[in-house]
Amino acid sequence: MSQGSGGAGSTIAATMYMKQALGNKPSRRRRRGLGSIVWWIVFLIGVLYFFVPLVATLLFSLKPAAFGDAYVATAHDTELFGSLLYSFVIAIITVIGSTLLIVPTAYWVRLKVPRARPLVEFITLLPFVVPPVILVFGLLNTYSHPPLFLTETNLGNDVLMVCAYIVLSFPYMYRAVDTGLRAIDIRSLTEAGQSLGAGWFRILWSVILPNLRVSILAGAFLTVAIVVGEFTIAIFLGRKTFAPFLSILGDHDPYEQGAVTLVSFGITWLAMGLIGLVGRGSRARIQVAGAH
Amino acid sequence: MAYLELSHVRKAFPGGTVAVEDFSLSAEQGEFVSFLGPSGCGKTTTLRMIAGFERPTSGTITLDGRDITDISPNQRNVGMVFQSYALFPNMTVADNVAFGLTIRKRPKDQVTKRVDELLQIVNLPDKGKRYPYQLSGGQQQRVALARALAFEPQVLLLDEPLSALDAKIRVALRQEIRSIQRQLGITTVYVTHDQEEALSLSDRVVVMSEGRMEQVGHPFEIYNFPATAFVASFVGTLNVLPGVVVNAGSGELTIAGQRVRLKSSFEGVVGREVKVALRPEMVSLGSAGDAENHLTGKVTDVSFLGSIVRIRVGLAGENGADGPTVILDEFNEPTLKLPTLGDTATVNFPQVGPLVLDAKAPVESLEELIAEG
Repeated sequence: MSQGSGGAGSTIAATMYMKQALGNKPSRRRRRGLGSIVWWIVFLIGVLYFFVPLVATLLFSLKPAAFGDAYVATAHDTELFGSLLYSFVIAIITVIGSTLLIVPTAYWVRLKVPRARPLVEFITLLPFVVPPVILVFGLLNTYSHPPLFLTETNLGNDVLMVCAYIVLSFPYMYRAVDTGLRAIDIRSLTEAGQSLGAGWFRILWSVILPNLRVSILAGAFLTVAIVVGEFTIAIFLGRKTFAPFLSILGDHDPYEQGAVTLVSFGITWLAMGLIGLVGRGSRARIQVAGAH
Repeated sequence: MAYLELSHVRKAFPGGTVAVEDFSLSAEQGEFVSFLGPSGCGKTTTLRMIAGFERPTSGTITLDGRDITDISPNQRNVGMVFQSYALFPNMTVADNVAFGLTIRKRPKDQVTKRVDELLQIVNLPDKGKRYPYQLSGGQQQRVALARALAFEPQVLLLDEPLSALDAKIRVALRQEIRSIQRQLGITTVYVTHDQEEALSLSDRVVVMSEGRMEQVGHPFEIYNFPATAFVASFVGTLNVLPGVVVNAGSGELTIAGQRVRLKSSFEGVVGREVKVALRPEMVSLGSAGDAENHLTGKVTDVSFLGSIVRIRVGLAGENGADGPTVILDEFNEPTLKLPTLGDTATVNFPQVGPLVLDAKAPVESLEELIAEG
């Protein structure tokens, strides 16, 4: 008897569960539909946030009487390309300096002194806390008189600017490299290299660095973007990089300034695409190897 | 002087943890020595000290008469194979194998020839242009082996090289490792926690526990004549039965109140409690001749394990209480008559073979025991 009622009870429970499950279906579908609408709204806001300023700049740059005048002026502006080239050269030197400083540091900290990681992470975050204006005044106060009178010459000012930019690149470069190091078994790779007879430099150069290519490229890209757009340090050191040039340009030809902004934006995206292309192959290789 | 010699090596880590204590070992040229023990017994730390990745707190390590205790890993000429393979993901298989030779600035044609030779030895002749991620785990470990051997190291170290592989590949690859080692005649130190691996591969096995060497010997010796209770319990399946000494001089004692006699005498006063170690394969069902020992109990379990059938017989303890259980293995033959649970069964085991553990038994020489067995 009890068995029978138990069986009936479980059948009823099962039927109720099925009804509930079936009954839930439309509401789940409704919820999914609602989620999808919210997702699209967020996406649309994001698109507008990024593209409205660009479209506005484009429309503004096309305002002069003769259509495209600002772009013609941009193409003939040798000073613009000079400043852009100067900024890129400074950016590349910054990336090299930052890589030479950050990669061995992050590698050594992970391998030999993992306890120091929080401290190193804190130091690399300092550029977020100390504004560039403070940094540049610190540099000017220190190096604008003997014994290290670096602000006296152009080369000295360039050195100061690169050093300041290397500091600004710390948060991006360190994080990118550290994430890359986390993805590979650096201890085993280092020990394998050592057992095969390699010294520290050889291991770093032949084993660690190539496996960090994607991470270094990611950090390098951010660094280039920051250096090309950096204004405060460059203006206080009296350097004619791209950002001060753009600012000065805006004072006498705002239409050309808009055109230059869009052109530089295009160049930046082109650079990003190239980096993505270069990094694609090695990224796949490293990830799949790590999965084994 | 031995080819590879570790003398009173000790390793203590900051914080006071002693990983290895008073480790001494002499390995001859071409010998295959395995370090066997559970996790945390110090076997990998010892291997890493030979490789140079850890520096001993005290003691010395010599290789072919040269003190290498304080020499950096890249100056030791010691090849190492890692558990995680540690192949360089950015290099092809051929570049990985060539790495050690390139470091030593060998001429390019020599490097190419040696790489081809090694890839041939590890049965991967056509994989030189592949990247590590394009190979299976077993193939990657073969490449790691080829890479470690390419520059002709004086000693080859293998740190649990097969533990990340599945069972079938593990068995196949361990045979390959042994055959390559024999072919090249290279002194090899192999770390494993797998007793089957250690026993099947090695010329000598070092059993370790809690940083100490428990026993060093030929696999046969380790398995059949364990020196300590730890070795006996760690290597193979073992019956460890409680016994009471009746006459140590004539090898007599009782197990669960039943008198047994062992061929070899041991030390111990009358009435002292000892442990008797007995391999399951030494024990069989039924009563044999008078030269054998007999124990009676009830069958508590019969397990079919493929080629063998494992039977558990519970002996009656003192005053009717449950006594120890004897495990015995019978070969699975079609004619085998299996007992049923609860049957009264008599088991027998020889007088030669069982060991009285930690009783300082005056064991005869290994050759003598083998001859008698």
